[in-house]
Amino acid sequence: MEKTRLIIVAVGGQGNLLASKVLGEAALLSGVPVRMSEIHGMAQRGGVVESAIVFGDAKSTIISDGEANVLVGFEPSETLRALNKCNAETTVITNMAPLPPFTVAIGRGTYPDLDQAQRLIRAKTKRLIAFDAVELATTAGSVMSVNIVLLGALIQTGIVPIPKENLEEAIRTKTKKAFVEANLRAFDLGFSAAKNA
Amino acid sequence: MHKLLTDSPGKKMLFLGNEAIARGAIEAGVAFATTYPGTPSSEISLNLFQVSHESDLYFEYSTNEKVALEVAAAAANSGLRTFCMMKHVGLNVAADPLMTLAYVGVKGGLVILTADDPFMFSSQNEQDNRYYGKLAGLPIFEPSSVQEARQMTVDAFDLSEQLGEPVILRTTTRVNHSSAFVALGELTPRNTKGDFKKDPFNYVTVPAVSRRLHVKLLENLDKAQALAETSAYNFTEGDGPWGIVCNGVSYNYVSDAVKELGIADKTRILRLGFSHPFPQDLIKTFLQGCERVLVAEEGEPFMEEAVKAFAQEAGLTLSIAGKGENLFSRLYEFDPALVRGVMAGYFGVPAIESQPVDRSDVPEIPQRPPNLCAGCSHRATYYAVKMAAEGKETIYPTDIGCYTLGFLPPLAMGDFLICMGSSVSTACGFSKATDKKVISFIGDSTFFHSGLTGLVNAVYNNHNFTLVILDNGTTAMTGHQPNPGVDMSNLNLSGYGRISIEAVVRAIGVEHVTVIKPYKVKKSIEAVKAALDHQGVSVIISQEMCTLYARSLKKLNVRAFRVTDKCKNHRDCIDQIGCPAFYLEGERVQINANTCVGCAVCAQICPGNAITPVKGKQAG
Repeated sequence: MEKTRLIIVAVGGQGNLLASKVLGEAALLSGVPVRMSEIHGMAQRGGVVESAIVFGDAKSTIISDGEANVLVGFEPSETLRALNKCNAETTVITNMAPLPPFTVAIGRGTYPDLDQAQRLIRAKTKRLIAFDAVELATTAGSVMSVNIVLLGALIQTGIVPIPKENLEEAIRTKTKKAFVEANLRAFDLGFSAAKNA
Repeated sequence: MHKLLTDSPGKKMLFLGNEAIARGAIEAGVAFATTYPGTPSSEISLNLFQVSHESDLYFEYSTNEKVALEVAAAAANSGLRTFCMMKHVGLNVAADPLMTLAYVGVKGGLVILTADDPFMFSSQNEQDNRYYGKLAGLPIFEPSSVQEARQMTVDAFDLSEQLGEPVILRTTTRVNHSSAFVALGELTPRNTKGDFKKDPFNYVTVPAVSRRLHVKLLENLDKAQALAETSAYNFTEGDGPWGIVCNGVSYNYVSDAVKELGIADKTRILRLGFSHPFPQDLIKTFLQGCERVLVAEEGEPFMEEAVKAFAQEAGLTLSIAGKGENLFSRLYEFDPALVRGVMAGYFGVPAIESQPVDRSDVPEIPQRPPNLCAGCSHRATYYAVKMAAEGKETIYPTDIGCYTLGFLPPLAMGDFLICMGSSVSTACGFSKATDKKVISFIGDSTFFHSGLTGLVNAVYNNHNFTLVILDNGTTAMTGHQPNPGVDMSNLNLSGYGRISIEAVVRAIGVEHVTVIKPYKVKKSIEAVKAALDHQGVSVIISQEMCTLYARSLKKLNVRAFRVTDKCKNHRDCIDQIGCPAFYLEGERVQINANTCVGCAVCAQICPGNAITPVKGKQAG
């Protein structure tokens, strides 16, 4: 089976690891081999969390620079920072609602201009799907569902070999009962956002 | 029921590498487990700790790795299957028992897990602990994948009993922190009742005994080598004149690259998973079939130097290359493209270059370094010490924990760090060797781990410095594990003792001991000033529960603060303590009510008294 390499970047607390787990379970349901690795970098203390997920026949669990087929960023400046993982054929999906690092929040750094960031990513990669996932998650009923909104967009692109139904099934079995309905709505909203992008 | 106790052989579950290892130990019928937590090993012990609450597995968080291994050594020599886990540098602490335990051996299987951390994602060095196998004369297992980690753990217990020696299970971060589906194996019943049979002439390592035991160790090493020669963990893959010797995660990158480069018909791989003692006959036979050989291993040229020596013994003159030829680095971790590139170059086939996008025109992205949490008591303590020491020339030895982050600006409290416990002992050295005021910092868990002996030394040798013990009631950095000073009733656990840091410090003979509540800024500064004025060893114990831990225990009473119109924009709050709850709105400082925990430290230092509680609103 052809390899598909996915990088997810997020800020600690955005639910990156749960997103990976849901994708992993959905891959099992789909009969797709999957391996992943994660680096937390003291996530609870405000650091960056990066997950690498490799679908298909591969033994490696990490992804080299320039070798991601798809990059999903939960935070726009982190998406931009992770561009080293992309090549001209990479699809990039990003939430556009910023979470400025502390240095920026106290005026000791400059947050990248979001329009410029979009222009740059668009020019350098195959496709950029960018939208405000926080807004969609809030509409779905839980601001915590940003991760699931982005999974919806990812599955819509068809790059990852997982059918929609299996991802929805994984949401039902692997996310907290109280959030399943909001998560399923969030998934749909993300799916539609990518379709209309 | 804990998911690792699932009794459904063949069922596939998504496991973190560390869960797979814990599951392997449970399948092997592990009865006794000891550890000192350390990334990237911590989830193994966390899972076993949880499992011990609902089974007859004995588990303990020991005070340090040396203690953990000694406790384990006794259990294993009482016939119990025993697992001792630590991060790579932990094995330095446990090296003393390790070396002679290898002489004594074990009765029940003893597996010692060392989690190495190439690239130092969360460690102070990237030492290659395979050398401990060589130094101690013990077998080493090295898994390449999450699935294999489970099976290897099971087999390591069997091997340990077969040889009567501890077995080192050596992992790297990318095995510990990778996830994959793992097929469960059978659960073996635990034997939890041990017995020790007196045999002092084999157990008491006086010189005359040890001289014999060393002979036995070398014999066991020979037996281990014979087993390594035929172990299924040392396998060859493919057939061709180009040889690649590899181990651990390097094997994954090599195997993927062979396919991607289309050289499967020309290449043979020797993967060493039972990597010490070296299966030298297997290696020599492998070399004889090759025209040239590449050795791919992260870390030190451990296999490479051995392979080259075996080639010499076998009279082979083929090219064998790796780190010695600067094809691979001894630094950091490998990745698939790096290994693929070296393979293409060495074997002379067209490379498949990855082509990362050009980022030269991407603006600089502000860093997002980890930071002490909003309301972290360490920040308050550091501020108090900084104020108290104003005007003095200081040296701040620090130690290993969340509080190490205090070395970053604006606090900038941290000048020297080598290993756990070093804050106290290096303070002894700095205070004698220099005329500066030495103030060192250590956490509660680290104090019990290896700060105690340094403090005894300081009192005995009459050193002159102030030790600040940052007691946040937990081992925060690695995920809130308990330590000997922790109130275990917070975890709904009974049957534990609790050691008072203050009582210990006083008993050691420290004359000037003060307990402070760091959120009380003025009082804390005064207390630290008095401690600094004391000639000799003084100790400040700064007590305040970790906010993350308090939140998880539902013990955090949040009363958020806000910046009022009285603010004159002095910005002492941002410039001096830099709590991440602050942000700028235009030119005005604001406090994020969702992250503020209400420690009120900023309110106490604000020169305009402009920071006050948010009225009538509970946040968090």
